[in-house]
Order: sequence, then C-alpha cells, then structure tokens
Amino acid sequence: MKVLVCISNVPDTTTKVSFTENNTKFNSQGVQFIINPYDELALTKALELTEKQGGTVTAINVGLAETEPAVRKALAIGATDAVRINAEPADAYYVAEQIGAYAKNENFDLILTGRESIDYNGGMVAGLLGEMLGIPSINVITSIEIENGMAKLERDIDGGREKLECKTPFVASAQKDLTEPRIPNMRGIMAARTKPLKVVEPTTASANSKITGFEMPAAKGVCKMISVDEAGSLIGILHNEAKVI
Amino acid sequence: MNILVFAENTDGNFKKSTFEAVSYAAQIAKQNNGTCTAVSVGNIADEKLTELGKYGATKVLSYKQELLGKFAAETYSKVISHAAQNDNAELVIISNTYSGKSIAPRIAARLKAGIVTGVISIPQTETGFKVRRTVFSGKSFADIEMFTPVKVIAITPNSFAVEEMPQTCIITQLDAGLTNSDQVTRSVEITRNSGKIVLTEAEVVISAGRGMKGPENWHMIEELADILGAATACSKPVSDMDWRPHTEHVGQTGITIKPNLYMAIGISGAIQHLAGVSSSKVIVVINKDAEAPFFKAADYGIVGDAFEVLPKLIEAAKAFKRG
Repeated sequence: MKVLVCISNVPDTTTKVSFTENNTKFNSQGVQFIINPYDELALTKALELTEKQGGTVTAINVGLAETEPAVRKALAIGATDAVRINAEPADAYYVAEQIGAYAKNENFDLILTGRESIDYNGGMVAGLLGEMLGIPSINVITSIEIENGMAKLERDIDGGREKLECKTPFVASAQKDLTEPRIPNMRGIMAARTKPLKVVEPTTASANSKITGFEMPAAKGVCKMISVDEAGSLIGILHNEAKVI
Repeated sequence: MNILVFAENTDGNFKKSTFEAVSYAAQIAKQNNGTCTAVSVGNIADEKLTELGKYGATKVLSYKQELLGKFAAETYSKVISHAAQNDNAELVIISNTYSGKSIAPRIAARLKAGIVTGVISIPQTETGFKVRRTVFSGKSFADIEMFTPVKVIAITPNSFAVEEMPQTCIITQLDAGLTNSDQVTRSVEITRNSGKIVLTEAEVVISAGRGMKGPENWHMIEELADILGAATACSKPVSDMDWRPHTEHVGQTGITIKPNLYMAIGISGAIQHLAGVSSSKVIVVINKDAEAPFFKAADYGIVGDAFEVLPKLIEAAKAFKRG
C-alpha cells in the first residue's frame, strides 16, 4: 500500500502570537516550529497501517527550505521518503494544487492530512485534494482499517459519530483519537539523515486569496470577582447583567 | 451579486446554524442588490423549505434524489456545485459544521473558486471582497482578500444572529443527474449523542478541568449543564486521561467554540486552552487558585473549590429556572 501524508510546519502550541510589518506578517522571531499535531497523528496512523500490511509512507510538505526540519522529523518518525515542494504555501487552494500535481501520477492508495493546521485552521486541503484528484475525501476520522482495498472508518459528525466504508484510493483527515503520536527514537533520527528527501519545484498556480492584515482580539476588561459565599448570585448576574442565560 | 446558501438539514430538520447562514446570505444580498437562493439536499418536507423564506431566501433549489438521503461529501458537493452553476452564483455560503467543512472545499475545487472557512464577518465589498476569520485557534483574526470571480465561504456557527426578513419563497425541484457510481463512500451506521446539545453550536457551555479530581465527579457538571440547557466541555488533560471523550476537548488542539457563555470550572487557563474559547462572549472562571491565568481572560470569577461552589450554583440555577 502506498500512503501519502501531508505535513504542515506550524508554530508550537505555546506560541504567543504576534505580528510584524504593520500587522500583515506573522512574527516568527523566536518561535519554535513543529509538525502540525494532527498531521503527526496522520503520519503515525500511516505507519501503523503499512507496518501491518506492507507498503510505503511518503511525507509531503509545501514550504521553503526553512520547513526542512519538520520534513526530516517526519522521516525520523518513520516515513519511507519525503517530498518538499519548494514554494511559499500561499493559501490552502495553492497548497492542494501543488500536492495534487505531485500525487496525480503516483497512484497513492491513501492520502492522509491532519484535520486542520493549528495556525490557519482552514481544514480545507483534504477536501480540495479529493475533488482535484476525483476521489472521495473523508474528514475528521477517528479510526481506519484497510483490507484488500476496502477501508472501514469512523468519523466525527455534528453531535455524533458515523461508521462508513470506502474503497481506496481516497483522502482522509485525522482527528484526535485516531492514534497516539509517535516520538522518534535515536535509530529513527540517524536513519532520517540518509532517507531520500526530494525537493520538487512548484507547478504554476496562483493564490486565490491573500491575508491583508491581522488583528488581536480586544483585551478583556477587569474580571468581576464574586466570593464563594455569594457564589449563587452568579446565576442572577448572568441573567440580569450579562444577559447570557 | 447572486448568492447561494446551503440549507443543511439533519434528519429532515433545520438547525439554528442553517437559519444563521440563510439570514447571513440574505443580509449580504440586500447590501449588494443581490439575490439569496437556498439549496437543500436530501429528504425534507416542502413546508420546512418554505420556512427559509422567513430568513430572506427568495428561492429554494431542492434536490431530493434517493441517493442523497445519506450525506456523502462527494455527492453533496456535486449537487451544490450544480445548483451554483444553475443559479450563476458568485458567492456560495456554507455553515462551518462538520458536514459543511467537508463539502465547502470540494465545491470550491469544482467551481475553481477561492475559499475561506471559519468566517466571522459580513464581507466588505466596497473595494474588492474581504472577509475576516479567526486564526491560531482564536488567538487572532485575519482579514482575507479573495480574488476569484466565484467565492466559497464557510461561516462559523454562533457568529451571526438569526434575523427575520420575510420573503415569498419559491421551491424548485432539481436533479443533478447523479448515478450510483457517484457515491463511493457508504455510510454504515450513525450514532447521535441523543438529548445532548451539540458543543460547537451551544449558546452556553459548562466546561471543567483537572480541578474536578476524577470522572466520577462529572455528574455535578452535567447537572448544572442540564439545568441551564448547556453543552459540556473539558480541558485537554481531562480528555487525555480519558475522563471525558475527545469530542468535548476545547482548545487549540481540540474544538474552537464561540458560545454566549463559557463557564470554566477547575481549569487554570493555559494559552492553548484560551485559544479555543477566547471568542466566547462572556467567560466565567471558577478556580481555587487565585493566580490561575484564566482569571485574566474572564469577565466573572470565583476563587474557590469546585466542590464548594458547584452545589451553590446548582441550587441557584434550579431556583432561577423555577422562576
């Protein structure tokens, strides 16, 4: 089985977000970058699937040279090989077009992404890729098993869960609960140094959208404190003053 | 501007998020001398469809082919794209629910349209076309300009009020000519958490963290939520320890929510947690540690032990409901 896992390079979850150039650019000064946590789940699941039934896992990233540590980490975790499409990931549509152009001729049985990236939270690449490649896309999966080209999956739906079946090939996006992330061991880290990492130049595509500016949410006013003895009065305050119940 | 809005139904009923989306679309139509058409997919009674007129839709395109009885991203996105082309839509609006999120990008790819999800503003159309969305899981907002002639936007539930704008609404049945080969995924079983309020759409959320000491104490959280008609949520450690299901985990690597009231009990308020809830209108924090960072992001706070505060809140809530 041939699996492709899409990897996004994102700021660590503890990052204090700030912006530069008149609030038009994310300030990456001193920010630690990591593999998007949901993509890490996708990668680990891909490894579990191929370890069970044989196959390869290719990690793919759209990014400039600075994202290479994330790609190397994917190799250290266990990916067979990796591809970096050498371009600034302008927007989700652009990223999906790049990955789609690469995947088109590679006959992957399964393409996995994270549910969303924790920086721009778009959650669009799985669906865009599915449509561009003419294959199904199944969002927010919490379980997947594949046997003889037939997958049994579970996914989150609004207010519940759905069990479904799908023939490969298809795209699926990883939700929490799919698996536990795997930490690379020393052997993996050593092996990653010599594993193939192919750098591919981007296909011609233009971005459909552009971020024109960022803004931080307004700071909260003073927190009104209520004593434990008066705790019950909170309900009245929420009804009469805050008007939220 | 021709606007098409997807009127999602669940088992033949519209949810609040659907009316929000229709009402949002109607407002944009009004501001831009446009039309607001709704598209409905699957089985739903015609009188329910007419209801969409109340929120400003003048036309409903209804697709009721048997094959569309069950949701599948590949078929629903084909049908909605069909409707968009049929109606010459320049803007397609979808609610950012789980199903909405799975079809919006597919529709965008079919229509070669630009797409923005998680939108929380009415588009600015004076110069170009700009929308605002939350990024970094709520730590910040981004304004995004879209360049394509056709655009798809997915709006965050609970971001816009449902407003009535009654219109005469004409229903047209359409058929996108799908065949069985169009549906590749097969739904086997759907389990809904019956009687529970969907967290992403809840107006009031009662959330708890490690301060609850163990899953056996959650009955108090559930009781308070029940009385207030609220959804329950939890912090990451609680979901990691399997005290509560991951579907309740709010925060940067969980769900981002935007209720009118978010009450956090025994949660210290790490930056990752705040990211997922900071867009809430009012935040109440109950924590025994007066130094808990969450108080800085709160509107109301009680410094006290959850086990002492909760019974008082439950009593007061019961009395409040009794009137």
